[in-house]
Amino acid sequence: MKKFLYTFTFIILLGILFTGAALAQDKLPTDDEVNKVAHNLYCPVCQNTPLDVCPTDACKDWREQIRGMLAEGKTEAQIQQYFVDQFGDRVLAAPPLSTKFNLIIYIIPPLIILAGAIILFRSLKEWTTPKAVEAGSGAARDASEASSQKDSYVTRFEEELKKQK
Amino acid sequence: MIAEFGYGIALVSFLVAVYSVVAAVYGATKKSASLVESSRRGMLLTFPLITIAAGSLIYLLVTNHFEVAFVYEVTSRSMPTYLKITAWWGGQAGSLLFWSWLLAAFASAVTIRKWDRDIEFLPWVVMVCSVTLVFFLGMVVFYENPFTRYWLVNGNVEPHMFQPALATIFTPQDGNGLNPLLRHPGMVIHPPMLYLGFVSYVIPYAFAMAALITGRTDDRWIRLTRRWSLWAWLFLSFGLVLGGRWAYDVLGWGGYWGWDPVEIAAFMPWLTGTAFLHSVMIQEKRGMLKHWNMILVILTYALVIFGTFLTRSGVLSSVHAFANSPIGPLFMAFVSATLIASIALVIYRWPQLRGETEMKSMLSREALFLLNNLLFMSVLVICFWGVMFPLVSELFTGQKVTVGPPFYERATAPIFAGLMFLMGVAPLSAWGHSTVKTLGRAMWKSALIALGVTVILFLTYTKNYIALIGFFLIALVILVTAQEFWRGARARQRSQNENFFSALSRLMGRNRRRYGGYIIHISMMLMAIGILGMEAFQTSTQGELAKGDALDISGYSVKYRELASWDDTGKGVNFTRATMDIYKNGIYLGQLHPRIDYYFDSQQNMTIPGNRSTIKDDLYIILVDWQPTTAMGATFKIFVNPLVNWLWVGSLLFLVGIIFAAWPDRDPAEEISRRGITQSANQPSAAD
Repeated sequence: MKKFLYTFTFIILLGILFTGAALAQDKLPTDDEVNKVAHNLYCPVCQNTPLDVCPTDACKDWREQIRGMLAEGKTEAQIQQYFVDQFGDRVLAAPPLSTKFNLIIYIIPPLIILAGAIILFRSLKEWTTPKAVEAGSGAARDASEASSQKDSYVTRFEEELKKQK
Repeated sequence: MIAEFGYGIALVSFLVAVYSVVAAVYGATKKSASLVESSRRGMLLTFPLITIAAGSLIYLLVTNHFEVAFVYEVTSRSMPTYLKITAWWGGQAGSLLFWSWLLAAFASAVTIRKWDRDIEFLPWVVMVCSVTLVFFLGMVVFYENPFTRYWLVNGNVEPHMFQPALATIFTPQDGNGLNPLLRHPGMVIHPPMLYLGFVSYVIPYAFAMAALITGRTDDRWIRLTRRWSLWAWLFLSFGLVLGGRWAYDVLGWGGYWGWDPVEIAAFMPWLTGTAFLHSVMIQEKRGMLKHWNMILVILTYALVIFGTFLTRSGVLSSVHAFANSPIGPLFMAFVSATLIASIALVIYRWPQLRGETEMKSMLSREALFLLNNLLFMSVLVICFWGVMFPLVSELFTGQKVTVGPPFYERATAPIFAGLMFLMGVAPLSAWGHSTVKTLGRAMWKSALIALGVTVILFLTYTKNYIALIGFFLIALVILVTAQEFWRGARARQRSQNENFFSALSRLMGRNRRRYGGYIIHISMMLMAIGILGMEAFQTSTQGELAKGDALDISGYSVKYRELASWDDTGKGVNFTRATMDIYKNGIYLGQLHPRIDYYFDSQQNMTIPGNRSTIKDDLYIILVDWQPTTAMGATFKIFVNPLVNWLWVGSLLFLVGIIFAAWPDRDPAEEISRRGITQSANQPSAAD
């Protein structure tokens, strides 16, 4: 709260100095504006929790810090950069490409999936014979399937009974 | 006394499990039926033994034996008895014992009857189950012992199992209490459900290994474990849904799924399990994909062990947490060892696992099932890599990174869309062969109506094109699936001269798995409506309100009326509860009570949202903060979650579908005739 008040006083003072700017910023950024920025940042202490919903006191302070920075007219990108400088890449929702090493998180899954697709496609080709047999649609097949299945169930059932005797 | 007794019994069951492994392997290789029988009895003995050990632990939990470290950590005097019992799986040591108990129960259920026809599998199934049991009981006995007690040694309190020299026992006044988040009814049932799912998957794996070791690589093992894998899938799915519901109800961030490593750890075996459910059908119908099914069941087992370990240990938070956790490296070693051994077996039996038939068309049902498998595996790759990457990054660069929801959502959304499309196409395709023409003929009506639905939604509901693609796919799948019910029932009605409804119920009764599967497909689409609603249309606002002020969001107006805060010393909780008046477009709808519960024993908060749920949307209010001195202002966060209820409705239908598919057949004649088919399963019969 204190920090908040200081910021507030600071802005008022600024406002007195630059009346024009003060007219545009006579109100503190709303919670929604703060949360919009905080949503794309991750809590540096608790794992995998976006800053806008993190209930810890530390996160409350960080949200107030964002409010202060927004009040100073900082952009979302600047605020993100500030948090990255302070706490490292982990505050970002995904590993940034500014670190070359992080490339592999984006490259490896598509490569594996592609390899899987190639293996699958080649196996399919190998299995597929060019002979084409005309077949009915699913339901028509099902109907014939069901009746023939029934017959074979009966015959097999009989056979099974005979065997058991 | 009880602690020593419980520990002693746990140790005995560990030794019995070790004996079962040795006797099973020795008996099988020496072809000694009596040794194999002895190993089976050993396996059966572990269940009552672990039950007694667990009983001792529960006794300690319920009777406030805080000198036992585990009891101290997870219970306190103020907790009701049922919570003290469920605290059994509220901590790592207890949940490992719980896992062992479930495994012993399932393995006993499998081996309790004598197997005449499949006797050659028996020693190996016993062996695999017992090896797993040895591992988990070994953890309990040597590393994560729930019976460890506190001792006063030279003025210091230290945890030991047995009395150190000159030490006296130390009993804290009160326990730490269970993490309040875990006291929710959802959390009481969620872990056992997940564990039931996890543990059930050990059984199909054990049979698969038995099939590989004995060289009996036909689909006998699959037929024997079909119901196990279905029930395993049921429990795992249900566990996941319960977890989501729990998160929605008590975590207070307006969602049900956050792509957290712990969630993903439970989701990964579900992915391979789902792929397995589909690809198994190809093996049964066409005698193909034997290698692949083996690999899937092995992967599922490995992911189950991996998931068990991740969900409780929190080791993924950093490399150090992993290395410092006593059981981290052991788990990794066990997963790797079983994985390597299993894959080696598959390679050893590779020639025997060759397919029996050829595939005739790229659009046949089996080809589409394969594509489905590829997509499930793709999601798995993304999830696995996303979970592991922070560790890899920290290890190689020292930089900690977060892999959050945006990564997973962007990477998996197109794959899920592809899976939905397959769900729409595959039921129409025929085994063996289909062409674009036959598929098109079967589909065009549904596709046209789905397009119509999409246009209507475009004009009336949303212009978000990703959501529209989603709605189109959902409509397509529901229509195609409904059409399958309709056409099947009509065909039967004509040929059997029945009325439509009895034709439909007979048809479904005869093909439980197929029509249960279709019900599951429809339920998945209902769930997809909810997920889409949350992803595409969720809105939120937050603000500090004085009494009488209101926040407006999406047509709702939420007015802050009052706030009360009081202690409930009996429960050991401080409640802070706000009363909010809800209006929609000026009409009064009622009150909601978001609250924060503060638990004295564990000194933790729990945020309980006030939620008004309708089929159209949920109004979900969280009490974020308040000013205790004045009780004047309070901060609220309000979410409007459109369509999210469809997720829960869909999950109920999902349960119906899977129970329908997994329910044992009533008709014994049919069961016998099925077995008859199994015997001649080497040839895909004319019936298929």
